[in-house]
Parts: sequence; C-alpha cells; structure tokens
Amino acid sequence: MITVNGKTRDHAEGLDLPALLGEAGLALEARGIAVAINGTVVPRARWAERAVADGDAIEIVKVLQGG
Amino acid sequence: MAEDLLRIAGKAFTSRLFLGTAGYPNQQVFLDSLAASGAQVVTVSIRRVDMEGGAEGILDLVRDKAWLLPNTAGCATVKDAVLTAQLAREALDTSWIKLELIGDRETLYPDVEQLVTAAAQLVDDGFTVLPYCTDDPIVCRRLADVGCAAVMPLGAPIGTGLGILNPYNIEMICARSTVPVILDAGVGTASDAALAMELGCDAVLLNTAVSKSTDPVRMAAAMGHAVAAGRLARLAGRIPKRTRAEASSPELGLIGG
Repeated sequence: MITVNGKTRDHAEGLDLPALLGEAGLALEARGIAVAINGTVVPRARWAERAVADGDAIEIVKVLQGG
Repeated sequence: MAEDLLRIAGKAFTSRLFLGTAGYPNQQVFLDSLAASGAQVVTVSIRRVDMEGGAEGILDLVRDKAWLLPNTAGCATVKDAVLTAQLAREALDTSWIKLELIGDRETLYPDVEQLVTAAAQLVDDGFTVLPYCTDDPIVCRRLADVGCAAVMPLGAPIGTGLGILNPYNIEMICARSTVPVILDAGVGTASDAALAMELGCDAVLLNTAVSKSTDPVRMAAAMGHAVAAGRLARLAGRIPKRTRAEASSPELGLIGG
C-alpha cells in the first residue's frame, strides 16, 4: 500500500514516479509541479529513477491561485 | 526625483504593491487587474494535484508578468509549512516564500511561536523568507533577528477588509524594523493601502480587496495609485496635526484692514 496525497491505495509492482504522475495526467516536463516522498522533496531530475516502495507517503503538488 | 525602488533580498521593484491571484471572477479579469495595478509581485499557493484530473493553473498566466511569491497558506504546523516551502522551491525554482503558519482556521491568525521556528529553519535552508505575522513589534523583531528578508504584519484578519486596526502598532513596527515591512491582510479599499504607506510600510500585499470588489480591474488601478500616493506622501513628510486653525493665506494686506 502507498499513500498518494493523503489517500491510501494499492500499487502495482515496479510502479515508479513517472507512471504515478502519468496517472494524474502530468507529464514529466510539466511545469509548476513538485513531489515529496516521506516528507522529503524529490528533485525533478530524479523523478525518472525513483521507484515507489510499499509504505511510501507521496505528495504531488502544483501551483494554484493564492493570496 | 530619484527612482524609488523597493529592495528585498537583492531584487528591486518599482511597484510597492503585491497582488494575490485568488478569487477573481475569471482569468481575464485577473490578468486585467494585474496590469491595472502595476504590481510586480504576485502570490500563489501550493496544493495537492487532483489525481482524477489534470493540472491546470495560474502559472502559465503569470510566469512572465510578475515575480512569483509562493505561500504556505493554510499550514498549521512547522513541518507542513517547511515541506510546503520546499515543494514551492522545487515547483517554481525560487527561494522566496511567503511563510504563513496559522493558529486556527477560524481566525486565520498567525501562530507566532511556530512561525519564528519555521522561519529560522527556512532561513537556514537558504530561503528568502517573508513571514505573515501579527502586528506586534517584538514578533517582527524576532523574525528579522532569525534572518527574514522582510516582515508582513497584518492590518486586520485575512479577508475582513477592516483596514488597519492598529495604525500605531504598524507605525511602530515600521519605525523600528531593520527589514522591509509589507502590510499583509486586512486592506478593504484604497485609503487603507495609502494609510499603510503613509505609516511607513515599504509595500502592501492584498488580494480580496481587489478580487472580490464589484469592479476588480478598477479597484486594482485604485490600489496601485493609492500605494504610490501613500509612498509619496510618506517621503514628502506630512505636516504635524494641530488642534486649532492656522490661516494659509497671508494675513497682511487684507482690504479694509
């Protein structure tokens, strides 16, 4: 099981960050996106190589309007 | 007149108005408001993507039009605020962060104890920290002492439009601060923004006063003028207040005298 943006879910064996981003409709080169796993930011340059492990808590965020 | 620039952490701005990007009727009204205001800094937030939908957003609209100041709005713990700042840095490639750490969702008042802790951590991590804080000169001093690039005391609670509830505190903060003071929150109309500048603030950050006004583009222009007028008045130096009248026309040479 992994947690993505606060929701617990199953994950396929070998799931990686690019695939997970793809599920959210995000391309690897999408701008204004950031990812943290278990409270640590994963730099964009390392997205492609980052496998998702059982128990990971993943945050995927974007830039929105704000005050 | 010499050019009057707002300088924060090595960046210089000719406008002293920071504009929030939330709550406009639509994107075009926001873009027109931004242009009318003359603001060169805009705030944005960092939020979870909707895993069911795509990522649409404000970023492409403003990226080339203003300096982006991401916020940690809504964060209630040091941990969440620090991680949100780090995510903002990664998403936007900026070290600037409007640090917001609220004590509860009803008042939206800053939790100053956690705010100072988070500010110190983020400064150590290389951030340019602009904290949203209470209108308390001691809190502002503590934030400057831990290395914040500016302080952003509230005029009134977020979204209230009550103006500057304690102008004496804001004036005292401005008089004592070693870093730029940006009035953040509470502005309701143009005279509030002008007053902030007259009291000595270096800039004003506002959002709702424009986005929720009846005519946002017109109000944005008003805010731009008000901030500029207030700044000029501050630099010009106002006359002291008197309790009795003093004639402004010459008193000699009156006919019939």
